[in-house]
Amino acid sequence: MLNQTVAYDSKVEGEVIVTKADAVINWIRKNSVWPMPMGLACCAIELMAAGASRFDISRFGMEVMRFSPRQADCMIVAGTVTYKMAEVIRRIYEQMGDPKWVVAMGACASTGGMYRSYATLQGVDRVVPVDVYISGCPPRPEALLDAMIKLQEKIMDENSAKNLIKVPVNKDIRKDALST
Amino acid sequence: MSDIDKSRFLSQFDYLTERESSDHVALNCPAGKLIEFCTSLRDEFGFDLLLDVTAIDWDVATPRFTGVYHFYSTASSNYLRVAADCPDNVNPVLPSLTSIYSAADWHERETYDLMGIRYEGHPNLKRILMWDSYPYHPLRKDFPLAGIETPLPAEDVAERTNLKVVAAPMMGGPFHSSGDGKMSQTEPSAKDESWNEQSSK
Repeated sequence: MLNQTVAYDSKVEGEVIVTKADAVINWIRKNSVWPMPMGLACCAIELMAAGASRFDISRFGMEVMRFSPRQADCMIVAGTVTYKMAEVIRRIYEQMGDPKWVVAMGACASTGGMYRSYATLQGVDRVVPVDVYISGCPPRPEALLDAMIKLQEKIMDENSAKNLIKVPVNKDIRKDALST
Repeated sequence: MSDIDKSRFLSQFDYLTERESSDHVALNCPAGKLIEFCTSLRDEFGFDLLLDVTAIDWDVATPRFTGVYHFYSTASSNYLRVAADCPDNVNPVLPSLTSIYSAADWHERETYDLMGIRYEGHPNLKRILMWDSYPYHPLRKDFPLAGIETPLPAEDVAERTNLKVVAAPMMGGPFHSSGDGKMSQTEPSAKDESWNEQSSK
């Protein structure tokens, strides 16, 4: 039959939608990721480009960049992290409310990149738990959008309902020491 | 570019000596006379801009540290380089130029931070790039590029994350591009990538 409502018919089912709590919570969360732009170097310029009209990160519901960690739930570490800044990143991460995610954007944030030196933290995953890594130096805005879509997929797989009533899961940071 | 007459400096200030240079006029000045010379540079010769304050570590040579100053005259468009050796190799000290050029303030703090040269008379001589409790001066020749293990300045963060300042994995040395040839073939890379932190050289 033409024009038949397959998914949902209020005449048949009433004003009720049956689903799983996880699906609803995750769906809400993934479509309103509020990023905290931790712009530390040139990757931040690509991050800005991703927010501007050509690439338009708002197509994925994450255009609300918040410069206050209290209002953000996804820290995008865009740039080189020095040891002096590592402390700041950790404190800002701790100030973000749960649930929260971290995206390491670019070579520097992921591994220290080309900065193998006395001043540079060799990967932001040593100080905060990272959910998605982006390669590139700097990554193109498409790469950032791809990572954010990957993050959305990751959010969809979380046990949100279970974690609502207990203490939020403590994600791990990388613990291996580089030096001997 | 350099049409300034260095003999004028050399005849007026008998403590100056000529310094080898491939570009601008360069002069050696004893550390004790630096304030006097720079004051007349600014007031009599029109060098109204202090462009750069830096230093050289000559490693095993004596004198080990040389402070280098770049001046510019906006009136005559001339550059001038002045170098001053630090008399002491262990505790290098130079007079601060902050009383003459306020531009010297942050430059001297940076040189103090990275080279460990103390500038006497500086109003606020503390580190500008590394954190205050950092124990080394990283641009000195005896400091390894990878760094030396030190505790993180924030104790509470170090406790929660178990993070320390550690020597960076060099794995063939620092990244660099050969610079010649196609960009696709001259991506910055380490010279010898056959070793890493798991398998040693």
